[in-house]
Amino acid sequence: MAEFIARDRNWALDYLTDAERDEIEAEAACYPRRDSLAIEALRVVQNHRGWVSDDSVAAIADYLGMGAAQVDAVATFYNLIFREPVGKKVILLCNSVVCWMQGCERLRAHIGERLGIDYGETTGDGEYTLLPITCLGDCDHAPALMIGDDHHHDLDTKELDRILATRED
Amino acid sequence: MERPLTGLMRGDGVALSLTEYRDGGGYSALEKALKSWSGEDVIEEVKASNLRGRGGAGFPAGLKWSFVPRTDKAPRPRYLVANADEMEPGAFKDRLLLEGNPHLLLEGMILSAYAMGAEVAYIFLRGEYVEPRRRLRRAIDEASAAGLLGRNILGTDFSLDLYLHISAGRYICGEETGLLNALEGKRATPRSKPPFPQVSGAWGKPTVVNNVETLCNVPGIVRHGAEWYRGLGLAEDSGTKLFGVSGRVRQPGAWELPMGTTLRNILEKHAGGMCDGYHLKGVLPGGGSTDFLLPEHLDMAMDYDTVGKAGSRLGTGTLIVLDDKTCPVGMVLNLERFFAQESCGWCTPCRDGLPWTRQLLEDIEDGRGSLEDLSTLEDHTAFMGPGKTVCALAPGAMEPLQSALKFYREDFEQHIREGRCPYD
Ligand SMILES: Cc1cc2nc3c(=O)[nH]c(=O)nc-3n(C[C@H](O)[C@H](O)[C@H](O)COP(=O)(O)O)c2cc1C
Ligand code: SF4
Ligand code: FES
Repeated sequence: MAEFIARDRNWALDYLTDAERDEIEAEAACYPRRDSLAIEALRVVQNHRGWVSDDSVAAIADYLGMGAAQVDAVATFYNLIFREPVGKKVILLCNSVVCWMQGCERLRAHIGERLGIDYGETTGDGEYTLLPITCLGDCDHAPALMIGDDHHHDLDTKELDRILATRED
Repeated sequence: MERPLTGLMRGDGVALSLTEYRDGGGYSALEKALKSWSGEDVIEEVKASNLRGRGGAGFPAGLKWSFVPRTDKAPRPRYLVANADEMEPGAFKDRLLLEGNPHLLLEGMILSAYAMGAEVAYIFLRGEYVEPRRRLRRAIDEASAAGLLGRNILGTDFSLDLYLHISAGRYICGEETGLLNALEGKRATPRSKPPFPQVSGAWGKPTVVNNVETLCNVPGIVRHGAEWYRGLGLAEDSGTKLFGVSGRVRQPGAWELPMGTTLRNILEKHAGGMCDGYHLKGVLPGGGSTDFLLPEHLDMAMDYDTVGKAGSRLGTGTLIVLDDKTCPVGMVLNLERFFAQESCGWCTPCRDGLPWTRQLLEDIEDGRGSLEDLSTLEDHTAFMGPGKTVCALAPGAMEPLQSALKFYREDFEQHIREGRCPYD
């Protein structure tokens, strides 16, 4: 369980960077209430820092006038909010039904051999984290995965090697 | 054959620009409706068209809109939300619409908002849909600059603010009341109904949630009329439908076809039939949460009522093919693992029953199962059946399981008898 240390709003304003606050405020016009910005704020902070730490949760809560536990309940609910540190690039490997039929376990094993990581693990150099993800909507080109913002389809181990090699340089 | 949803799309996969869309007649339905129809006229035309919701349940769209209170004292603003969450395993149809012609969705949303009197609209888009996000952003900017969104649309007194919400991801976000909680920045736990969202939805205000494909049908209906639209379908249901096929077929993909096209036509003509060396063993007709159909159903018309009568659901219309070299127990185990993981945990049968179901299937698949486990699984399909839980995730999860237990019984029993998976 996370422990949130009570601080004041000035601390939160100090903790969040100008860029983070600007990006959160840019979304504010889209919603009628401040606390509706919780997911947006988590995403903004994660985009800048890679993941959402306990301090980040506390700062977002103070900034939006919410309780830290309330923000953490949201943060821990969603697949794409990371409450633990992740590598520079997150590999989201689809393990839903069509990709399962068409070989996602082979890709998982291959990533294990090549990068030495399984689900939930990060490479020693901090480059990659591997996570399972639900159907990516690429089922007509299964198996599929995402690296960062990019979708890759019709994968076999050779194609995966090619993609990883091009990303390394 | 007319293809109102995809006919204008470019062959090279690039999204239609505003100019290209307009050159093809885009936004002419909006001009027509805003200048010469009332909102009620649009509702009546859509009702007459018999457009049914493409999100899975097939609820008549015009009827849903008519539940939104329109009196002067009714709460405001009213909201329209396009459900672009598309996280059903096997579904990839909305992505094609969002990527190929984002303006079609925007025109459909503006028309629908006008019909029901909504002042604010959201597109609820799943986070992994990065390319649709880019294309929607561009389309929204183009439409705003052209006076098609915002204040006084096309010089009339109708105004609409439209925003894009990027989801942080969970299957349950696609359930319409879970979606509303997610939109409000909360956990996406479904709400019990009533009250229905049309009366009390986002932030307690009247809200309509419609699937992307549903909304994309509206411009064609307004432009060419309800009668034209009904004529597009081959049987009872009207319009066209995006049908998709994935699995071991020669040409997986998606095609816009008349509602009521046969399963055989979709699988053999469009998807090119089974890959060499594979035979058809079954098909989930509408995504992971629908009941299996068998090869004997191949000549069935794919529309809501016919598929319903055969014991399954049209669902999303994206078919998942089960071939004879894939273990049906393993396939159902994969699906139940997904549903158990994606359960929001709010109600007991689903929160506890799905992990239990998954465990039983794991035992059988790994050769530790017993015949008694099969009757326990059958009990679960009853405990999590329709009406036993707050939302339809759990009953949906039971659909592939109950039909697999019926149709592929021998496969389950063989696992148990031999103490191993015969497909390994
Ligand atoms: C677990 C679950 C997930 C759902 N996911 C989606 C989805 O991703 N997209 C969608 O349009 N409808 C989804 N639905 C259906 C919605 O609840 C709702 O019925 C639909 O968006 C209404 O739109 P329509 O009337 O235009 O079909 C889901 C339902 C359930 C129970
Ligand atoms: S059926 Fe499952 S997903 Fe739906 S509300 Fe209950 S626990 Fe949540
Ligand atoms: S099942 Fe993997 S992309 Fe759909």
